[in-house]
Amino acid sequence: MKVVIIDYGAGNIKSIQFAFKRLNIDAILTNNPKEILEADKVVFPGVGEAKSAMDMLKESGLDIIIPKLKQPVLGICLGMQLLCNETEEGSTRGLGVFNVSVKRFSNQVKVPQIGWNTINNLKSKLFNGISENEYMYLVHSYYVENCKETIATTNYSQIYSSALQKDNFFGVQFHPEKSSYVGEQLLKNFLEL
Amino acid sequence: MLTKRIIPCLDIKNGRTVKGVNFIDLKDAGDPIELAKRYADNGADELVFLDISATLEGRKTMLDMVLKVAEQVNIPFTVGGGISSIEDVEALLKCGADKISVNSSAVKRPDLINELSKRFGSQCIVVAIDAKQIDGQWKVYLAGGTIPTELDLLCWAKEVEMRGAGEILFTSMDHDGTKDGFANTVLKKLSEELNIPIIASGGAGSIQHFSDTFQLGKADAALAASVFHFGEIEIIDLKRELKKQRIPVRL
Repeated sequence: MKVVIIDYGAGNIKSIQFAFKRLNIDAILTNNPKEILEADKVVFPGVGEAKSAMDMLKESGLDIIIPKLKQPVLGICLGMQLLCNETEEGSTRGLGVFNVSVKRFSNQVKVPQIGWNTINNLKSKLFNGISENEYMYLVHSYYVENCKETIATTNYSQIYSSALQKDNFFGVQFHPEKSSYVGEQLLKNFLEL
Repeated sequence: MLTKRIIPCLDIKNGRTVKGVNFIDLKDAGDPIELAKRYADNGADELVFLDISATLEGRKTMLDMVLKVAEQVNIPFTVGGGISSIEDVEALLKCGADKISVNSSAVKRPDLINELSKRFGSQCIVVAIDAKQIDGQWKVYLAGGTIPTELDLLCWAKEVEMRGAGEILFTSMDHDGTKDGFANTVLKKLSEELNIPIIASGGAGSIQHFSDTFQLGKADAALAASVFHFGEIEIIDLKRELKKQRIPVRL
């Protein structure tokens, strides 16, 4: 199986590669459109700031390619947020795969949310073998509202989408690559899609 | 619900953990990778590696270690000690560190915090602050608590937040090593006046101390070294007791 992790200069993607390695999969880091199109599975990561990440995607033309992918795609953290319509972070337009907006947490809670929180209302094969109320590791200041495409929710100042799915596109706000055995199970499930 | 985090801290010198550890069945108690895996399996929520190597050679070894931890450990970790430039941070993140922490270098040149958070995002920039109470005033200290400054703890903490730190790791030099409990009064003040997470450090001696720093000190996370290294407190027992006291923890 050919798994690619889109490498467009945004953040710590080594960790995702290592997480697949622990599952005996050699994932490839690349921004080469041909390799991405040919892959069986595509991981779209992202850590950092939305606007500069989007600019980097545009520079390599990946903003056109990603929304047209037909194989299973997993957006992680900022990757999931960039798959949405738009984000308040730098008033950035996203790729529009998920029909929902990304907002900043209110200052009634500490921002960023950093740490382990539970995932609930699990509604996808992505969560096979993962129970309600399991913990995932999250680090983020912006969140995705609840919508039709929500397949998991988390509560931090309000209930928001911690995972999304539309057709072959999946997005998770948490970091499965850093979420111990539960995160590993999710990555395994993604590989089995 | 977001849980309170328990964070073991490992001091690293030339790629090896210093301070002995007495996990009985570890083949090599000085091997940071083996220790890190052990902590991750035992329920640690994150790890902090503090590089105390003084030489360039030692620092290079640190990068190798970071790479190995990232390869083998499935929970987040922070690397601190001697970081003073964008290049330092870039190298560590490239090797798979999730967050980095800066301390003295940020006091010497506060713009570093802005530069780092702009370049890498606030979420991976931890600012460590060591402070001590002098005549009732909390003052910031540098270089592992050896050099006093004129900086007031609360002012500096607020400035650090404004400049883009994602988290503060606060160590009370007055409490560090005492095993007498964390500096909860000032921690509570920090936590209430700032809007970023606060990691409490310095003073852990018993399970109740952790409970106190979460409940009285309003800390978001608690860091300790020796109580974990010497097996005085098992993380799993600690978390069970915290849960019993209705403190949210990942179990």
